[in-house]
Amino acid sequence: MNAPVTPEMAVNVGGIAMRNPVTVASGTFGYGVEYAEWIDVRRLGAITVKGIRLEAWPGNPLPRHVEVPGGMINAIGLQGPGVAGFIGQYMPRLREFGVPVIVNIWGTSLDEYAEVAARLSDVPGVSALEINVSCPNVKAGGASFGTDPAALASVVAAVRRRTKLPVIPKLAPNVPAMGPFARAAVEAGADALSLTNTIPAMAIDIETRRPVLANRIGGLSGAAIHHVALKHVYDAAQAVKVPIIAMGGIFGAREAIAFLIAGATAVAVGTANFIDPTTPLRVIDGIRDYLIRHRMASVSELTGSLQI
Amino acid sequence: MPICDAITLKHVPLTGGYRLLRLQAPAIAGPARPGQFVHLRIPGLEPTALRRPFSIYRAEAGELSILYKRVGRGTEMLATLQEGTTVSLMGPLGNGFPLTDGTTKPVLIGGGYGVAPLVFLASRLPRKGVILMGGRSAGDLLCIEDFEALGWPVETATEDGSRGTRGYVTALLERHLESTDAAPELFACGPDGMLRAVGARAIATGCRAWLSLDHHMVCGIGACLACIQKVHTPGGGTRLARVCKDGPVFEAREIVWKEPS
Repeated sequence: MNAPVTPEMAVNVGGIAMRNPVTVASGTFGYGVEYAEWIDVRRLGAITVKGIRLEAWPGNPLPRHVEVPGGMINAIGLQGPGVAGFIGQYMPRLREFGVPVIVNIWGTSLDEYAEVAARLSDVPGVSALEINVSCPNVKAGGASFGTDPAALASVVAAVRRRTKLPVIPKLAPNVPAMGPFARAAVEAGADALSLTNTIPAMAIDIETRRPVLANRIGGLSGAAIHHVALKHVYDAAQAVKVPIIAMGGIFGAREAIAFLIAGATAVAVGTANFIDPTTPLRVIDGIRDYLIRHRMASVSELTGSLQI
Repeated sequence: MPICDAITLKHVPLTGGYRLLRLQAPAIAGPARPGQFVHLRIPGLEPTALRRPFSIYRAEAGELSILYKRVGRGTEMLATLQEGTTVSLMGPLGNGFPLTDGTTKPVLIGGGYGVAPLVFLASRLPRKGVILMGGRSAGDLLCIEDFEALGWPVETATEDGSRGTRGYVTALLERHLESTDAAPELFACGPDGMLRAVGARAIATGCRAWLSLDHHMVCGIGACLACIQKVHTPGGGTRLARVCKDGPVFEAREIVWKEPS
């Protein structure tokens, strides 16, 4: 009967000390500075920025998105300023927020991933590297790094060798079972896992009989993918011991809490940022209220608390 | 910047499937400038539906109005909005039109509901000019009385000839630029084809043209990069501008138009 009035919200995700378990999903929050005009980003547990490769990258032609029932499909194509541009243009502002910064990185070869990791490693304010493994491996004929456990292990190991920062592969959802991928990533040196990326999807304009997206295919995000991601998080948590950052269709505290119960240590708000920029803050408050209501002293009690 | 719950004060049908929505939103109406837009969450759509951007038609005395046409699932649902209902708004967003110093004569060119932000612009420009308005049919010509009330002459063109000159609004512009002595400055909002033609004419004439682009948007605040537009940079290169944040208004010479596919 002596539950604390303010439960402990801080978590440690593979070495990232977060004041609460809520971050944002890469690609849905720009470089943090855009949303800083709308919400107090200093309240976030961490800021996860849009994916960065070695050089500036133009992304895909328009249309880059389409709204579909339960979410949206995007094919932005990882437009970005490149690693030097990111450090110069955005890191000064990001440092001022005083929040851990997780930089999402990608490349089209193992060497590129490793080089981006190396360049970010000693940048003040960068707290961890999230690896986007859902992009094509050009040298292997375009197959995704994320849908073959051996390729996943190779990219995690390549990044691991070049950085002391926590390494967090963001796993692809389009795999037959998450366990082998989670294990492969951890054995290759992952400090934590992010689950999941968007689900490959497409939309067709039946009048023109053309794909809606210029890129033909894209990634499905939003409410529609929540329960798919939840099952992947549950499976990964059964397979490995490292902390998991869970994402997929979080629109309020309910989905975030479900992820924590399934085994996640932290959560990331994605598509909901576009609809209500205050969503991550509502999720923080909602998790705290839930802990108080359930007389839990710490959010860590919630992680993996699924009753079977 | 504010995300606010605005109360629906008035919501009425106009001609041809267009509707006027007036909202009480002092935090947004106050700072709003012509050419800016609001990002609106449509009540009645599922709570996970994306916001929709709408140009600001009027902003005065704490009230903000938009004009829209029922064109899809979002605007069909918006059309059912009852007076008194609360609507979530983000805004004012985007850069807006520049308010000139009065040395040039403003020539406004609007297509369909593209005239909405031009009414707001006409009310704030330091000098009266002319509005050239185009649409498919007479029912697509909106806000004529608004411009007349501001003392602006209105010239119209319809594709079916049901009102004004038969043909495109760009024909009116052509005629206007040939007949005027005053140094013109163009402001346009409407379909891409119209904007492109207006921009080409401005470049040929040697006057400036401020074009308001209408790309599909997601976040509305420059984060998601769904609504990019290639633009020239002063150094002779190009960059990908964000229509929602760096625009929606660009000067004609900035825009790198897509090759026709």
